[in-house]
Amino acid sequence: MTIQPKSLSSCAQAPVLKERGQHEVFCGLTAIIWLHRKMPDSFFLVIGSRTCAHLLQSAAGVMIFAEPRFGTAILEETDLAGMADAQQEIDREVERLLSRRTDIRRLFLVGSCPSEVIKLDLSKAAERLNAIHAPQTQVFNFSGSGIETTFTQGEDACLSTLADGLPQDNAHQLIIAGALPDVVQDQMLDLLSAIGLSDVKLLPQRTAQDNIGIGPNTHVTFVQPFLGDTHDTVLRRGAKPIYAPFPFGELGTTAWLKAVAGRFGIDPAVVDRVTEAPRARARKAVAAMREDLAGKRVFLMPDSQLEIPLARFLSRECGAELIEVGTPFLHRSLTEPDLSEIAPGPVIAEGQDVEKQLDRVRAARPDLTVCGLGLANPLEAEGLATKWAIELVFSPIHFYEQAGDLAGLFARPLRRRALLKVAAE
Amino acid sequence: MKLAVWTYEGPPHVGAMRVATAMKGLHFVLHAPQGDTYADLLFTMIERRNHRPPVSYTTFQARDLGSDTAVLFRDAAQAAYDRFQPQALMVGASCTAELIQDDPGGLAEALGLPVPVIPLELPSYQRKENFGADETLLQIVRALARPMARTAHVSCNLVGPTALGFRHRDDITEVTALLEEMGIAVNVVAPYDATPADIARFGAAHFNVLMYPETGESACRWLERNLDQPYTKTVPIGVGATRDFVDEVAQLAGVAPRLDTSRLRLPWYSASVDSTYLTGKRVFVFGDGTHVAAAARIARDEMGFQVVGLGCYNREMARPIRALARDFGVDPLITDDYLEVEARIADLAPEMILGTQMERHIGKRLGIPCAVISAPVHVQDFPARYSPQMGIEGANVIFDTWVHPLVMGLEEHLLHMFREDPEFNDDAGPSHHAHGARPPEAAAQANGSANVIWMDEAERELRKVPFFVRGKARRNTEAFAAERGQAEISVETLYEAKAHYAR
Repeated sequence: MTIQPKSLSSCAQAPVLKERGQHEVFCGLTAIIWLHRKMPDSFFLVIGSRTCAHLLQSAAGVMIFAEPRFGTAILEETDLAGMADAQQEIDREVERLLSRRTDIRRLFLVGSCPSEVIKLDLSKAAERLNAIHAPQTQVFNFSGSGIETTFTQGEDACLSTLADGLPQDNAHQLIIAGALPDVVQDQMLDLLSAIGLSDVKLLPQRTAQDNIGIGPNTHVTFVQPFLGDTHDTVLRRGAKPIYAPFPFGELGTTAWLKAVAGRFGIDPAVVDRVTEAPRARARKAVAAMREDLAGKRVFLMPDSQLEIPLARFLSRECGAELIEVGTPFLHRSLTEPDLSEIAPGPVIAEGQDVEKQLDRVRAARPDLTVCGLGLANPLEAEGLATKWAIELVFSPIHFYEQAGDLAGLFARPLRRRALLKVAAE
Repeated sequence: MKLAVWTYEGPPHVGAMRVATAMKGLHFVLHAPQGDTYADLLFTMIERRNHRPPVSYTTFQARDLGSDTAVLFRDAAQAAYDRFQPQALMVGASCTAELIQDDPGGLAEALGLPVPVIPLELPSYQRKENFGADETLLQIVRALARPMARTAHVSCNLVGPTALGFRHRDDITEVTALLEEMGIAVNVVAPYDATPADIARFGAAHFNVLMYPETGESACRWLERNLDQPYTKTVPIGVGATRDFVDEVAQLAGVAPRLDTSRLRLPWYSASVDSTYLTGKRVFVFGDGTHVAAAARIARDEMGFQVVGLGCYNREMARPIRALARDFGVDPLITDDYLEVEARIADLAPEMILGTQMERHIGKRLGIPCAVISAPVHVQDFPARYSPQMGIEGANVIFDTWVHPLVMGLEEHLLHMFREDPEFNDDAGPSHHAHGARPPEAAAQANGSANVIWMDEAERELRKVPFFVRGKARRNTEAFAAERGQAEISVETLYEAKAHYAR
C-alpha cells in the first residue's frame, strides 16, 4: 500500500454525517475490563453508582475472578445529601482496600457520571492519596463516565493520564501507545526487533516498575485508533507522533511498520525483507476468508472507534463493499491514513441517532452489520446478519498473524447463516 | 460509600426495564447518560430476546449539562411516542439523571400525549433492581387497572413474571395448566406479554396469583385494597408447596382442590434406592428470598438433604428468611456482599450449593458443585427446552437439576470399591461430566484451621476417603480434635471422629 498524503479519490475528503440522538454505546468504564488485565499490579476503583458496578459485570459477561482487580465504591444517599464527606469516604475505602490488597502498585480512581455531576474532585483525592501511599502505591485518576467518554475512550482517558504523569526524558526513543493482548504485543515487539528497533517502550506500562519517560526526542506511534486525548497529551509533552494506517491485515501492518521504520531511518526494503514470510501467511489466511466477504455489503454502526481502520481492512483487503462507516468520534489526525485508503462511496458518520441509523440499516439491508450487543440479536431476528463489535475489541486482531482471524470474525456470521437449514421464526 | 465487587441486583431502573421489556405496547423513556444503554444487552444477549427492549434513552453528555437536559428529555419522549405509538408511556430517570432533577414525569405530562403517561420514582441511591420492578408494576397497575364486572366464570391474574426472570416463561405455562385443571381461567398475565390494555382488564379477575413476591407483591396488595381481589401467598415450587398452592387456590376460587399427579416423578425418584446417597447431603441455599424458602423446603423434605446454611440477597425478604433459618436451626445470611457469601460457604464447606450464578462461580472456585435456583442467572439458565420451576413439572426439573452436579448413586459405591482403579480414581469426577470437578477438599483445606496438625499417617489415611466426602471428614475430624484440645491428628483421631459423627 502506498500512502498518499491526500488523495482526491478517497473518504478523507468525504463529507461527514454528524448525528445527535440516542447513542447505543458503552461508557468508558468498560475499558477497565481489559485494562486491568494489561496492568496486573493495578486496581481500578470506580467512584460511582450501582449502575456502574452492574455495567462492569454485565460487560465482562462472565465472572472469572472471585475478587477482580476492579470494584465500585457505590455512592449512597448520605454521600449525596452531604451528610458524609465524600473525600473522607474515598480515603477510608482506599485505606481499607490497600490494607487488604497489598499487591496493588497502581491505583486508579475512576470518575463516573454521578461523581462528575456532583463535582467530586478525584484529582484532588488522587493527589492527597499519593502523598500518603506513594511510592508503594501510585494513585492516578481519570474519567470513564458516560457523559465524557464512550467505550474505548476509557482507555484513552487512562493512557492520557499515564502519559501526563511520565517523567521528562530527552532520550531518542519509541513509545507504542495502546493496550494489546499479550500474544499480539509479543509479535509486534518481535517484528520491531527484526527491523532493528529493540528498545521499545509501551504505554500502558505493564507494571509500575517499567519506568518510561517522554520528551522532545520521543516518537509515539499508536496501535489503537481511539487514543485521541493520549495523542494530544504526548504532543503537549513535546513528543512526535507517527501517523500511519493501523496495523490490521497485511497491508495495514506493513504500512504501519514502514511508517515507524521511516521515522527511525530504516530502509523500507528492510521491512519488506523481514516481513516476507508473515506477509505471505497473512495474505493466504485472508484469501481463505475473502471468498465469503468479497462483494458483501457491510454497514458498521459506531461502537469502538475501530470502525475506520476496520472498514479499510474490509474494503481494501477483503473486497467488501462499505455502505456506512459510523464512529462515535472521528479523530482526524489518527484516522486520516486509513480514511484516505477507503474509496469514496460509503457514508462516513460521526455520533449517532440510533433509531435513524437503524432506519438506514433496514433500508439498505446489508449483508453484514457490525454493531453492539444490544442490537445484534434484534437485527438477526429481522433477517440481517450481524457481527458484534465488542468481540473486535476483546480479540487479538492486530498484525500479520491475526489477519486471517480478523477476516474470520466477519466471515463467520455469513458462513453460519449459509450452514443453517432451519429458519428461525 | 460502599465497595462492591459483584452485585446480585442492578439499579432500580433495570427493574423497571424488566417490566417494560416483558410487556408489549408500552414504551419507557429513560433519562440517562450515554452508556446506560448497556442494559439492553442483558435482554438481547442473556435472555436472547429478538427485540430491543422498548426503551428510549436520552443519552445526555457533559456538554448537554451546560445547556438544557430537560429539553433533551422532552424531545426524546415526543420522538419515542411518535415513532413507537405505544398504548402507554412510562418515564423515569437513572441514577445520574436523578441528580440533575429534571422531573421527567412533569415534562412528559406537559407534552399532552393522547395516552396515559406513567411517571416512575426510582431512588437509585437507596434501592435496587427488585424494588424497581415491583414499584414499576405497582405504578402501571395503579394507572391503568379499574374496578369492573368480574368474569362470569372464575378467573385469576398471574402477577409477577418479568423479562430476565429465572424460568418465568415456563412457570407461566405450568401454573396456567395447574389452574386450568381446577377449572380456573387466566384473565391476564402481567407484566409478561401483557399490553397496557390487558392491565386495564385486571379487575375482571376474581383473585390474583402472586407468582413472584419480589416483583409483584406491591401490585397485589394494591389490587387487594382497591379492586377487592385477594391474592395467593403460596409459591408453588416443590411438591409440598404445589399441593399447598392448590388448596389455597381452591379456597379463594370456591372450587374443589384438584391436582393431576400422573406426571409427578420427584417423590418416587427420591424414594428409589439410587437416591439413598442423597441422604444428609449438606447443602447451602442462597438467592432471592422466595426461591430460597422454596428450595430449603424441597431440600429438606423432598430430597432428604441437610440444609447447613441459608440466606438471601434482597433485604426486603430478610424477615421471612430469618424466621425460616430459625426453623431450620441455622444462621441466616442476609447480605448482598458476594465476598461475605463466599466466606460463609468456605466456612461451612457444604457438599452442594443451591444458589445464583454468583454461587456457581464461588462453587467453581471452591470445587463445590452448584445448582442454580434463583436470579441473577446467566445465558445457560435460559434453556431452549421447557424447564419450569413451579408445579408438577417444576418439581421433576428440580430433581434432575439438583442431582446432576453430584456423583450418581451407584457410581458413588463403585468409587468406594474401585478406589485404586484408574477409571474410578478420585480425580476422575462424575462420569457424566466432561471435566472432573476439583475435589471439595481443596476448599476445606484452604480454609482449614491452622492450629491442628495432621500427622503423616493420618493424612495418608484421609486420602483413602473418597474425594466427595473427604472435605467433610477433614472438617469433622478437625472440629473433633479442636473440641478435645488435641493439637495433632492421628489415624486414631480420624476414626474416633468418624465414630463420633456416625449417623
